[in-house]
Amino acid sequence: MTDFISAAIMAIGAAFTLLAGVGLHRFDDVFARMHAAGKASTLGLLLILIGAAIRFAELGDILKLSLVAVLAVITIPAGVHLIARAAWRARTELAEATSFDEDSRRRFDEI
Amino acid sequence: MTEVLEYAALTMLGVAGVLALLRVGRGGSLPDKVLGADTLMLVLAAGIAAAAGITRETAFLDALVVITMLGFAGTITVARYVERRGARA
Repeated sequence: MTDFISAAIMAIGAAFTLLAGVGLHRFDDVFARMHAAGKASTLGLLLILIGAAIRFAELGDILKLSLVAVLAVITIPAGVHLIARAAWRARTELAEATSFDEDSRRRFDEI
Repeated sequence: MTEVLEYAALTMLGVAGVLALLRVGRGGSLPDKVLGADTLMLVLAAGIAAAAGITRETAFLDALVVITMLGFAGTITVARYVERRGARA
């Protein structure tokens, strides 16, 4: 029974990760795609880590998985934010549907 | 039933990896490619975690810690490069 629950949680996590991959193709530019890549895949990875942790008995193994979970929650949003900031500063071309505030662009350039 | 779910999880991760790789190849702008590579690294980490859970092999766990840190370092490096050199693919 424990095995089944763990497999189910891992399958749900894999589905979220798959959604992140689909989002990379459904959305039009970096600033839309970063939402799919940053959020769905973090949740997917966390669910898979939980599912895997259920199957390990030793405390050390579970601690290692928890360490990865903490690292992932800190580094993935930070990394995606860095990519988005670099894209904004490098004036990446935007899709037609994307609009932005001219004032904030000017203020950003002054910094 | 448990086995079906395990295979389904690994298959979905495989498809997600192919989709991320396609985004790296097709690009758009350079940040798009970086985002694709970042997602690919994440899918890889998720795949290793799933493999560790399914096989109960503890050696995978050490690789998992390393790949999470390496992926973050790589993303930082390329993001700084994009910031200086512009977004032309």
